[in-house]
Amino acid sequence: MTVFEKELGELKEKILRMGAVVEAAIRDAVASLVERDSDLARKVIENDHKINALDVEIDEECIRLIAIRQPRARDLRFITTAMKITTDLERMGDLAEDIAERAIELNEEPILKPYIDIPRMTEIARGMVRDALDALVKGDTELAMDVIKRDDEVDMLNVQVFNELLFFMIQDPSTVSRATRITYVSKYIERIADHATNVAEMVIYNIEGKMIRHLTPSQKQ
Amino acid sequence: MSEMSIAISEKLKSEVKNLNFYYGAVQALKNISLPIERRKVTALIGPSGCGKTTFLRCFNRMHDLYPGNRYEGEIILYPDNINIISTEIDPIEIRMQISMVFQKPNPFPKSIYENVAYGLRVRGINNKQILNERVEKSLRGAALWEEVKDRLHDLAFELSGGQQQRLCIARALATDPRILLFDEPTSALDPTATSKIEELIIELKNEVTIIIVTHNMQQAARVSDSTAFMYLGEIIEFDRTEKIFTAPTKKLTEEYITGRFG
Repeated sequence: MTVFEKELGELKEKILRMGAVVEAAIRDAVASLVERDSDLARKVIENDHKINALDVEIDEECIRLIAIRQPRARDLRFITTAMKITTDLERMGDLAEDIAERAIELNEEPILKPYIDIPRMTEIARGMVRDALDALVKGDTELAMDVIKRDDEVDMLNVQVFNELLFFMIQDPSTVSRATRITYVSKYIERIADHATNVAEMVIYNIEGKMIRHLTPSQKQ
Repeated sequence: MSEMSIAISEKLKSEVKNLNFYYGAVQALKNISLPIERRKVTALIGPSGCGKTTFLRCFNRMHDLYPGNRYEGEIILYPDNINIISTEIDPIEIRMQISMVFQKPNPFPKSIYENVAYGLRVRGINNKQILNERVEKSLRGAALWEEVKDRLHDLAFELSGGQQQRLCIARALATDPRILLFDEPTSALDPTATSKIEELIIELKNEVTIIIVTHNMQQAARVSDSTAFMYLGEIIEFDRTEKIFTAPTKKLTEEYITGRFG
């Protein structure tokens, strides 16, 4: 194995490590809401700097490799993919932090209703993040395409949550502040799934050299 | 490649069709077909011994200088529709129209002026005024005029390596060639002289069709519009340079481009 191949291997490991940290942040942020655990929420907020640091570290490594190695073909695709993926992962980390902030606010007030759809959305979104990175490791286009498809489920759940909360607010204006915050949380998770979709699209670029971003679903096929 | 062939079918300067080439009994090129776009730079890359220089030399019949070499197939030159490698075609005339610049600068042991005028004199042009004009035009075309205009009658060997190479390009340009062949034109030059030659190649394609053989993959990426990857006498992949360097289709190309072999 050449030095460059070793460096690429280390870069891949760093991305996976960042993905694992982000995924844990999403899990903990939502758990802090569902289990009304504000200490856990504060931990998520405190830990965000780790994600930011990995984002910068990976970017700097990519820039260094471009300058030193002049990567071509699949190496070039991998490094540019890494740079774009980390931006999405970093944004997911920020959204997890936002969820934790809303959780702290919501945990101060009586529970509006049991959280059912939010954990479901979260499970799907987390699975999307995990599988997108898995697809990167395995070079699995089908898995990446599957991630992209799952985004629709999250979008639908988000609409459903919103409609339900709207009904609460119409019926009882005293629920507005809580319902609005939960709407935000739902939107944050929906955004996380969007970023996971971006990651999956870049994974497909990495494997096949095809840019499928901003195409319609039928064009993506 | 099929999409590409359709898109460029009307813009060809030359077209190689089922070319085989033999050094005596040894087959060095195997069934090569390749479109050469007009006023574009086509790069030939591949590991040592893959046949890229052999292929380049077919274009101006360099192989005719040695007995026992044999061509099969066609290299059509447009718009005349002549087959360059046909025995009915005079190789001397072909070399006037398809000039080559070599790895090491090889000026004649003559003055700067006479190096450029040489091809014209061979063609029987001796009118002083015409020669002056053509020499200046060629030297300007090779981005050398400003550096040598006050010393045109100095010996060519007094120039630096990079200047000598540009002189060879000027010499090649003097006969108004249709295709310029470059065989590793910067491998003997330092980085500054190299980048001057590369800039020049990009400029020259406004006037002339260019085919370049290079070991330097980044150079192929920088100067060419399309790239052919060769291996063991065959063209493995041919496409837009950008495509070859970002997402080649063939595994072998990918391995070579990324430095995994060769």
